[in-house]
Amino acid sequence: MVELALPKNSRMKTGKSWPKPDGATNLRKFQVYRWNPDDGENPRVDTYWVDMDTCGPMVLDALIKIKNEIDPTLTFRRSCREGICGSCAMNIDGINTLACIYGMDEVKGDVKIYPLPHMPVVKDLIPDLTHFYAQHASIMPWLETKTQKPEHEWKQSIDDREKLDGLYECVMCACCSTSCPSYWWNGDRYLGPAALLHAYRWIIDSRDEATGERLDELEDPFKLYRCHTIMNCTKTCPKGLNPAKAIASIKKMMVERQV
Amino acid sequence: MAYLTDRKRVEGLGSAKSGTHHFWSMTVTSAALLILTPLFVFSFGPLLGEPHADVVAALSHPLRAIIAALMIVVSFHHFRLGVTTLIEDYVGGQARKIAIIAMIIVSYGLMAAGLIALAQIAL
Repeated sequence: MVELALPKNSRMKTGKSWPKPDGATNLRKFQVYRWNPDDGENPRVDTYWVDMDTCGPMVLDALIKIKNEIDPTLTFRRSCREGICGSCAMNIDGINTLACIYGMDEVKGDVKIYPLPHMPVVKDLIPDLTHFYAQHASIMPWLETKTQKPEHEWKQSIDDREKLDGLYECVMCACCSTSCPSYWWNGDRYLGPAALLHAYRWIIDSRDEATGERLDELEDPFKLYRCHTIMNCTKTCPKGLNPAKAIASIKKMMVERQV
Repeated sequence: MAYLTDRKRVEGLGSAKSGTHHFWSMTVTSAALLILTPLFVFSFGPLLGEPHADVVAALSHPLRAIIAALMIVVSFHHFRLGVTTLIEDYVGGQARKIAIIAMIIVSYGLMAAGLIALAQIAL
C-alpha cells in the first residue's frame, strides 16, 4: 500500500562531514546515505571529499577510494566492476544504476548516493533483495519440458534464439523494479519488471513447453497487471533493456489466448 | 513476526487467474472513447449558450441521443474500471474492498442518472 512519508525511524539526518584530503586541488563532494542497524540511530547523509586527480572515472571508483582512504566503515556491494554482476546497484544522482558503469562526468554538481529506493536496508548502500530474488525464483527461471529429453541438446533456430536478445542480458540488479512506483506500493504481490522480463524470456523460448502454465501463473491483477506502463524500468535499466515492452508482450499474449 | 519462507511470502494465495478481462475491457472502452469523445464534443459543444428549447430539441434527435447514451455508458464503465485499478494501487486491506464497492455504486448510480435524464429529454 502507498506510503507517502518515511517512517520516523527512517527519516534522514545530516551526518558527519569528513575532512578534505591534504594537498588535493581537484576535489569532488560526495553525499552518501549511511545507516547502521547496530547503533539504533536514524539514517544520516555523510559528506566526503574525493581527490579526482587520483580517482578512477566511475562512481564505484570513488566509493572504493572513500572506503580505502577515508572511511573503512562505508558498506556497499561490488564485484565485477564492469556491469555484469549487478552487485553495485544503487541510486546515484536520483537514478537507479550500477555504480561501476556510471561515470562521474554524468553527474552535475555533488554526487548524491543512496541505496535502491523503497527496499529494506541491510546497511548503508546495501538493500535487502531477499523478496526480489524469491519473486524471480517464483517465475521458474529454467527450461520446462514435457517431451522426452533429446539425446543431445534441445535445438533452437537462429531466429528463435534472436528472440531472447534484449531479455537474457538482465543481470538482476533490481534497478528497474525499485524504480517502479507500482512495485513500491504493491511489491509484496506485484512481481515487478525484472521478474516479469525473466518470465517473458522463458515464455517465448521456443524450447520451453510450459508456456500455458507460465501464463496461468501470471494471470493475476497484482502479479502482472499492476504494471501501468509507467516506463521508469526501461528508462533506468543500466543494461539498456526494455522490461516495459516485455510486460506489454505478456499482456498481449494473455489477450491473444482469450479473445 | 511469522516464520514464513521467502518463497511462501511471494506465492501468497496464488494466482487469481483473472485480470486479462479487466485489461481488455479497459483497452476496448479506451478505443471506444477515442471515437465517442470527439463525436460528443462536436455534437453538443455548439449547443453551449443556446436557448433551452433548442438544446432540448437537439437532444431529442435520435443520433445525438444515441451518442450521448453511449458516452454515458462507456465512460462510466471505463471510469469504474480505472478507479478500481487506482484503489487497488493505493488502498489496502478492508478499506480496499469498501472503496471498490462504494465506487461501483457511484459509477452505476451516475450512469443511471445520466440515462434517465437523457430519456426524459429525448423521449
